[in-house]
Amino acid sequence: MAKTATLHKESIGLKVVIYIVCVILAILSLLPFFIMFTNATRSTAEIQSSAISLYSAHPIQNLMRNWKVFNGKSFDPSTGFVNSLIVSTCTTILAVYFSCLTSYALFAYEWKLRDAFFGLIVGIMMIPGTVTMIGFYQAAYQVHMTNKLAMLIIPAIASPNMVFFMRQYLQASLSLEIVDSGRIDGAGEFMIFNRIVFPLMKPAIATQCIFTFVGSWNNLFLPQILLTKKEKYTLPIEVALLNSDIYQTEYGSIYLGLSLTVIPLLIIYILLSRYIVEGVALGGVKS
Amino acid sequence: MKSKKLVDYGKYGYLFSIPFILAFLVFSLYPILFTFYIGFSDFAGMTATVKDSKILWSEPFKNFATVFRANLFRKSFGNTCIIWIMNFIPQMGLALLLTAWFTDRRSKVKGQGIFKILFYMPNIITAATVAVLFTQIFAYPSGPINTTLIKLGLSEKGVNFMLTPGRVRGVVAFIQFWQWYGYTMVMLISGVIGINPEIFEAADLDGANRVQTFFLITLPCIRTIMLYVLVTSLIGGLNMFDIPALYAMDRGDAGGYTVNMYIKDVAFTGKQRYNLAAAASIIMFVIIVLLSLVLFYIMRDKDEAKLKKLKKQQLKAAKAKKAY
Repeated sequence: MAKTATLHKESIGLKVVIYIVCVILAILSLLPFFIMFTNATRSTAEIQSSAISLYSAHPIQNLMRNWKVFNGKSFDPSTGFVNSLIVSTCTTILAVYFSCLTSYALFAYEWKLRDAFFGLIVGIMMIPGTVTMIGFYQAAYQVHMTNKLAMLIIPAIASPNMVFFMRQYLQASLSLEIVDSGRIDGAGEFMIFNRIVFPLMKPAIATQCIFTFVGSWNNLFLPQILLTKKEKYTLPIEVALLNSDIYQTEYGSIYLGLSLTVIPLLIIYILLSRYIVEGVALGGVKS
Repeated sequence: MKSKKLVDYGKYGYLFSIPFILAFLVFSLYPILFTFYIGFSDFAGMTATVKDSKILWSEPFKNFATVFRANLFRKSFGNTCIIWIMNFIPQMGLALLLTAWFTDRRSKVKGQGIFKILFYMPNIITAATVAVLFTQIFAYPSGPINTTLIKLGLSEKGVNFMLTPGRVRGVVAFIQFWQWYGYTMVMLISGVIGINPEIFEAADLDGANRVQTFFLITLPCIRTIMLYVLVTSLIGGLNMFDIPALYAMDRGDAGGYTVNMYIKDVAFTGKQRYNLAAAASIIMFVIIVLLSLVLFYIMRDKDEAKLKKLKKQQLKAAKAKKAY
């Protein structure tokens, strides 16, 4: 009896420690965003006097003023937003559709070079694009294809990581009998993929959509090198500009600009967080 | 009967792979080969073209030697490794601790779902945004951290977090840690969930306590996933760019200068030495390929087992059909 009592006490003590640590970490996750959103509604003087505070003498007025300053400088964040939206959406659609198609080719058919092809996909999966960026940039530059958003989008047709993931998903969940029944009904192979297999892959597609979209939305390195014209800038490039001299001490405007780039991601995350957190582990192999 | 049917359909395998293969050839393989060409040639300057450049046949590794001798490259490589280690060790440590707590079978932590969602959140936010945000938060002398330190009386004038290499690395490593420990935790937890519960029951019966169970059963069982996280994190770490490039806008002397920043600067500023940048890329490429091989060696068993299983299933299916 005495022994269980001490065990009980111990586990209560441990629980208290666990909750304290978890709450501290939760605050650590939220605090930077809290600082960012509140300071977007505060004036430079207020931010300088105390940077962590809810207090703002005239929140709406300050927000409007920050917005004016933010928009009054040499660049225009709405262009970046639209460009990022175009790139991320198109990248996601291409990557998902063609990865499904390729993984289906690997799963449903037996062809001579299949295993070699799969080996190649696995082999190139781990090599990040940034390592071959010089050749990519020069190849694009020599044919005058820099400053084209398409150069960020079309390469997504070959997304080895996603093909790998989709193939595993097909192996676990698709039976070839469904394909055969489609054939008996006289559907062509391409039609079978589009009408039967692709819709069946929805759960895997949903997870991969989120990660591809977020990854593309957040990408800075390649766009920053490839895009030199202002009207082609994506949002992360615009964000990088926030750190340069143009805003100097206009802290409120900087926080406001940052808030604008975070809001779409936070909305996606709040709506889909459960699937995202589950999907991380599912994805396993991620770029 | 069945195998003949599959052979008939085989051409669709090729057909459906064509888009992937084309995109791969044009946007991956060709750039890789081109990078190698540039790395072994005298391709440099703003107006450099393939026609005007030539491969350095007499001294093929000249660019590589130049890169290895360059102080800035060595420094950037050192910085990259130091920052990665400074972020990875506490990241793995905290992730393991949280995994142990969240998967403990005797005392369930309530609100786990919310905690996981909050811990993972920083990972999906644009790294560029995070870097600029933390530049503001760590700003000297009137950023949130410094005003708090002064208010609490912990520091008289505040701390300039961009002043010494150590501080810059520390902040960059902290940001990386903050963005990634949630991801690592989620991966490890999924590994623990995958362990056969009977093993834990057996441990309970044998009277193993919490600590023993974790160190003697849980840890060895998630070894593969830990190594996977380690290698992918290392590959990502070697490519670190967004956060160090935007935090403190380091130009080579502040301790936060990474290899990717070096490659970008060599290629796109000053004399635009594309050949040196390509050589540096190839060095990183080789390191990453070697790391990937290690990773595949680690992961190999699982896939083989799966393939075997699949073949067995196919055999069984074929047999069943015959019998039918």
